[in-house]
Amino acid sequence: MSDRAEFSLQPTRQLRRRNLLNRFVEVVMLGAALAAVAVLVLVVWAVISRGYSALSWDFFTKGPSTNFLGTTGGIANAIVGTIVIITIATIISLPIGILVAIYTSEFAHGRVRRLLSFVLDILNGLPSIVLGIFIFGLVVISHQQSAYAGGLALAILMLPLIARSTQEVLALVPETLREASFALGVSRWRTVVGLIIPASFGGIITGGTLAIARAAGETAPLLFTCALTTTQVSWDPGQALQSIPLTIFQDLENPDPALHAQAWAAALVLLTFVLVISILSKAALARSRRKLTR
Amino acid sequence: MSASAASTPGRFALGGRRLRDRIGDGLLHVITAAAALGVLVVVGLIIYELIRQSRLSMSTFGLGFLTSRAWDPVTGDFGALDFIYGTLYTSFLAVLIAAPAAIAISLFLTELAPRGIRDVIATLVELLAALPSVVIGLWGIFVLGPFVKDTLGPFLSRWFGWLPFFDGTPQLTGYLPAVIVLAVMMLPITAAVARELFLTVPSDLKEAALALGATRWEMIRGVVIPQTRGGLVAAVMLGAGRAIGEAIAVTQVIGDTLGIHISLFMNGDTLASRIASQYQGAATNLQISALVELAFVLLVFSLITNIVAQVIVRRFERQLEAR
Repeated sequence: MSDRAEFSLQPTRQLRRRNLLNRFVEVVMLGAALAAVAVLVLVVWAVISRGYSALSWDFFTKGPSTNFLGTTGGIANAIVGTIVIITIATIISLPIGILVAIYTSEFAHGRVRRLLSFVLDILNGLPSIVLGIFIFGLVVISHQQSAYAGGLALAILMLPLIARSTQEVLALVPETLREASFALGVSRWRTVVGLIIPASFGGIITGGTLAIARAAGETAPLLFTCALTTTQVSWDPGQALQSIPLTIFQDLENPDPALHAQAWAAALVLLTFVLVISILSKAALARSRRKLTR
Repeated sequence: MSASAASTPGRFALGGRRLRDRIGDGLLHVITAAAALGVLVVVGLIIYELIRQSRLSMSTFGLGFLTSRAWDPVTGDFGALDFIYGTLYTSFLAVLIAAPAAIAISLFLTELAPRGIRDVIATLVELLAALPSVVIGLWGIFVLGPFVKDTLGPFLSRWFGWLPFFDGTPQLTGYLPAVIVLAVMMLPITAAVARELFLTVPSDLKEAALALGATRWEMIRGVVIPQTRGGLVAAVMLGAGRAIGEAIAVTQVIGDTLGIHISLFMNGDTLASRIASQYQGAATNLQISALVELAFVLLVFSLITNIVAQVIVRRFERQLEAR
């Protein structure tokens, strides 16, 4: 081929092979992306199509029926329980997470800052069932299962998420803003409370809601801390309260098809909540990030 | 201070404000430092508490716990080997599926996709991570299970039945659905990290490769992958960490039975899944302690995976800064 004297624009066989391989790999990449999207669509579609029919007004307003032969009733107890547990988890983790982030961005330097970020990432990577077992050993063995215990386990799950997202937002606050404040003689705490927090408030809150969306779908931390529940609708955090993910999990241990229908409907409620919150907060986070970096 | 303050009211105001600021600064420092210390304490406490609660099991079974295949609440004989095997086997296979897929997706997003499609697909892949594990498990039982039993399983059995991996008859539950579920769950994590890695590759290097006549794939293989190789290992490990620790979705589809099998059609169990399935059943102190020890073994696995991954990520970031 190389001894041919005239110059040809015809692709050589080698080039054709390279192009073919390239095209093949491109198709594989496209296929992988489509497959991932397809899985999401399949799961969401299954939940919508199977959960929709079991939805009714009673489903949201009534607790489970204690009548064995009648209808299965609703999941009002689980909705209330999830609200109580998530509220407790948020009250604990949101302030602590924000404080940790302020410490790493305003006070800690060098090695301490790196160590803290490292430990937060490790905490974030721990299996959620381990957090449940931890609170089980720490609280439940000596006291009892309760919404407090479940909320505490979820708080540990949310803490690194909130701290890390807040850290990221705080890092976006322009250094010039801080310097301007110091130059005016404003003290550090006033700069933080009056300037840095308000400037990044939107981003902090959306980071928090993303953590809530994540925690609302978690079952494993509740298994050993808030799972031996009653069927009554109760707001008392001293009791073990039912939650939506736990309802789905327990419905499936039962062979009754009516309970399986209830599980799909509960999954639809949970999925709607989680996906709507996730999409909205991600959009809001992208916007507040743009606002800060502008 | 009070004497000088009395003589000069102007300075009093200034001094007062300074004092308040000093207290305020100190207070903010102390409170935030306490919160930060709290994070370290929590991680330490988790390790301590799991060891403390599993002491009974540790003293009863010793190191034999790790190599014993028993899990018998009636005779009070407990071991972890089957679950350790199940955890490592399912996670390893999930990595085999999810790692190449995640890398292909992130390459598609960074190198191939036009801008409009890119953001949509990236968001959808991120949303895959937002699916609650119990919902994936529900889907795993009622949609994936029948698909594996009636379609995928018979297909694999027919064409690859001579392999030990596809020996026997496919069922609704077992390793295969568990591996698929785990792969789905680790995919978005690995893809997200890999995508950020690929975005760090300098575009002049990529353009240089293309200018030399490389095809896109040759550019990826010659520039993008070598530039990010270390980070990719960490991305895969972070995903594997999720797979190792996943309890709910796995316990719903793996079949919850003791056993060490090669065949993907068989039922088994993992550490996290066994803990989850026992939440109502632990009767004796010894059984509770053995469960906590399973959690401790799981904690060790996940700590090793995560620490190694984080160290690699951080080294990679430092290299980037130095570049």
